[in-house]
Amino acid sequence: MENIVIIGNGIAGVSAARHIRKLSDKRIIIVSAETDYFFSRTALMYVYMGHMKFEHTQPYENWFWEKNRIELVNAFVNKVDTENKALTLDGSRTLHYDKLILATGSKPNKFGWPGQDLHGVQGLYSKQDLDMLEVNAPNKEVCKRAVIVGGGLIGIELAEMLRTRDIPVTFLVRENSFWNGVLPEGESQMINEHILEHHIDLRLATNLKEIVSDENGKVKSIIIAETGEELPCDMVGLTAGVTPNMDFLKDSGIELGRGIKVNRYLETNVPDVYAIGDCAEQHEAIGNRRPIEAVWYTGRMMGETVAQTICGNRIEYKPGHWFNSAKFLDIEYQTYGWVFSERGMKDYEAHFHWRHPSEKLCITVAYNKETEQFLGINTFGIRMRHELFDRWLTEERDVNYVIQHLPDANFDPEFYKHHESAILTKYNSDRGTSIKPKKKSIKRIFQLT
Amino acid sequence: MSTYDRSMALTGQPPKEINLNQKIASVVGMLGLAILLLATFNVSFPNKTLWLTLSLASISGGTIWFAWEQYKGKYPGIKNDGVWFKSLTNLGFWGWIAGLAITTFYVILYFFPEYLGLVNGGDNKGVIALFDPLSKALSGNPASQWFVYGALYTVAILVFGIKFMWKYRHNRYERIRTMSVMFFQTSFAFLIPEFMARLNGSSVLQGGSLPFLDLKNIWPLNYYNFESYRIKGFLSSGDIGFAMLVFAILSVFVITPFLTYKFGKRWYCSWVCGCGGLAETIGDPFRQLSDKSVKAWRIERWVIHSVVVFVTLMTTAVIYSYLGNDTSKYWLTKTTFLLGVAALLTLVFAWVMIFKRDQLQKDAKYGAVGYFVIIISLIAIHFFSGEGHVFLFKSGALRKNYSFLIGSIFSGVIGTGFYPIFGNRAWCRFGCPMAAMMGFQQRLFSKFRITTNGGQCISCGNCSTYCEMGIDVRAYAQKGENIVRSSCVGCGICSAVCPRGVLKLENGPLQGRIDSNQVLLGNDVDLMELVNSK
Repeated sequence: MENIVIIGNGIAGVSAARHIRKLSDKRIIIVSAETDYFFSRTALMYVYMGHMKFEHTQPYENWFWEKNRIELVNAFVNKVDTENKALTLDGSRTLHYDKLILATGSKPNKFGWPGQDLHGVQGLYSKQDLDMLEVNAPNKEVCKRAVIVGGGLIGIELAEMLRTRDIPVTFLVRENSFWNGVLPEGESQMINEHILEHHIDLRLATNLKEIVSDENGKVKSIIIAETGEELPCDMVGLTAGVTPNMDFLKDSGIELGRGIKVNRYLETNVPDVYAIGDCAEQHEAIGNRRPIEAVWYTGRMMGETVAQTICGNRIEYKPGHWFNSAKFLDIEYQTYGWVFSERGMKDYEAHFHWRHPSEKLCITVAYNKETEQFLGINTFGIRMRHELFDRWLTEERDVNYVIQHLPDANFDPEFYKHHESAILTKYNSDRGTSIKPKKKSIKRIFQLT
Repeated sequence: MSTYDRSMALTGQPPKEINLNQKIASVVGMLGLAILLLATFNVSFPNKTLWLTLSLASISGGTIWFAWEQYKGKYPGIKNDGVWFKSLTNLGFWGWIAGLAITTFYVILYFFPEYLGLVNGGDNKGVIALFDPLSKALSGNPASQWFVYGALYTVAILVFGIKFMWKYRHNRYERIRTMSVMFFQTSFAFLIPEFMARLNGSSVLQGGSLPFLDLKNIWPLNYYNFESYRIKGFLSSGDIGFAMLVFAILSVFVITPFLTYKFGKRWYCSWVCGCGGLAETIGDPFRQLSDKSVKAWRIERWVIHSVVVFVTLMTTAVIYSYLGNDTSKYWLTKTTFLLGVAALLTLVFAWVMIFKRDQLQKDAKYGAVGYFVIIISLIAIHFFSGEGHVFLFKSGALRKNYSFLIGSIFSGVIGTGFYPIFGNRAWCRFGCPMAAMMGFQQRLFSKFRITTNGGQCISCGNCSTYCEMGIDVRAYAQKGENIVRSSCVGCGICSAVCPRGVLKLENGPLQGRIDSNQVLLGNDVDLMELVNSK
């Protein structure tokens, strides 16, 4: 029987294990030094906020693994010996594999800031980071101010977490508007406003110069590069992105770039070694995607794909239309297809933007200037139906069609106020069109004949 | 320093403390309770109307003020911060104290009403006497322990309903639903029956008197609705009484199935029902305590369906006991009735086994067959054994046991008393026969489902954690599968707490409802077909 060893029990590794089990009787071993059981990384914030206990973040009950004959090993992998197909665990034990799946995820970026390894300085990625946060910032008495460095998704989550315990937060964002490398202007601006509404001290276009230590090697303050201002604080969160977690592979012979290099079949340069999830780097980016995709959904998809390959059905990783989601404090965000920020906009791309006059709701629709083809949508505070946008992208609908049929795509709970007609009015006046709205049709939504 | 504290606040947000106004509000509310408590210990209040008003006003005012302080100035959104840090909502010290206190109240209410001051055939004493003026104003009669209970129950749903609407003020589904339960509790459950009591003996009812009837309280939740004394009451009360009896029967066989087909059982459980109303308002802070394990689900299926069988047998036996044998007097005789029940059950059983067989789990099939055989053979035994009581037991004994075990202990003492222990829907989930029957239909024949939004689920677990019915919502959502579960009461909280907009309660076509579209997890379409081929 073949020995499949998976390093990492995150969504990518666990998806691979589950699908291998569905397809085969191979022996499956998952090695992780982080936790005994799989948990949802994206849910760690809710544990600190008191919405859930840690066990609630575990999608499967503890008996699930034994019942499905997935062996769990809590150990740290020091070394991969690809020649002898063996792993060194915890510096001593050896574990043999026939096929190895690397699903080791990421670690927080550190850009060589002075003081970045002091006590009280941490990222937010792992269960250990969460435990550390309970030590560094259990309440506002111990942590009188926290400084967060890096304006991305994890940064704003960390800010939200700390605010639930009334801890004052200063949020340093390198860009001149929150996440505007990804979000178009109007959206980014709305999130700026919302961050301030939550009494977070948002500092745009601000960089960290240095983290200052007290006499015990603990953070005492930070210094801002632009102004030289010194901000006293008890905790610093480094949330300037993540980078693949692969230090232990340095001498393994596996080709490494920024991540673990894989081909479209998720195979590394070494036979029988695969890499999936955050840690994998495509030789060539797929479509508009980035070569490294540190996203929950892509981890899950790669897990499903590699399971097929390992079970004898060698198959390319071919993700469908791009989609993603996040939540900025109280504002939900969903995206389908591609909407680029001003910085990354394609030459053929144009945007239509609508924002509610008083509530924090907005959408941006991207379309092709020349062909009128619908390219993608960002939506804030309005839920949309994934299935429908996926279908429209496949069918290459034009932007007028999408705007007309928005009522079909609305996924808000029943009785919510609808904004489709306001959106349509703005669209007509922006573009000088006179398209008419279509009524929501159950028949169209569910493709009934 | 520990982040766990002993805050009494239902939704305080540790380690934040409650503010000064909330402390004052708590004192105001406590004063109101103290009046009730003093009355219980037979402190005689001179002006009962005044003191009762004072008491109810300060309980309501204190609670509403507290809630207002909680949510004012907050941005609309999910307000679950610190739920698992508070001892009251995390099975801690205050949780157990609260459970003990409510349980004690129910034991006294059901079994020792004399301690509340109930006097049969004389003037009430204690806290019941305090409510006499209100009862007399409404129905003209002195209060009973049930009147006191009903009044406090209504107050609880109203004031905590207001709190709930503030908590979910960004969510119109929740707000409208809560207004609905507040309305049905106040009017149908509390006021209308009291006013109807005024009609008793009047010419409108042709001198008859109606049994106490909450029109929305449908059999089998209202397990005693077809008992002899009630039928006599209906039939003695002219056209109105007759209409009510017809309505009661139609509710069971026509209205409920129709509405459940259209909207799922939520139309009742979280929009109309009083038990649901209490669970969704004052019980809301405890919803996360329900057990989500597969084991709990298995126990739930056996227990709740056994209650359905129990209530069916009991009601059949009770109706049987007062029917006659002579067809010339009335067309419905003991024999016709029993055969009718047998025929109806056979019909339902056959329909399920023929058309819906493949949608049942193995244990559900065993259970269905087993219970069907038991009921039918009991009916058969009756015909072979001749005259006497049906089902080996006396109908009176069945009735008494049901009312004690299910009607009092399960729905009251455990169902509500254990809110802080088992969560707010323990009765609805494990015990309510009405919920079970509608659930059966919801699972097999209804347009309602919770749609999962393609591949957007991040398996965070908020939906499962806050499901009061203990459904592991995430288990479906993360597979891209719709949620079609008999126990779902459609409260909508899973959808509300989802941070990624994955869940939507909706009524859609039957086609593709259960075997939902799992293809859309975002991966290559060909691969997804492979993954989903079984």
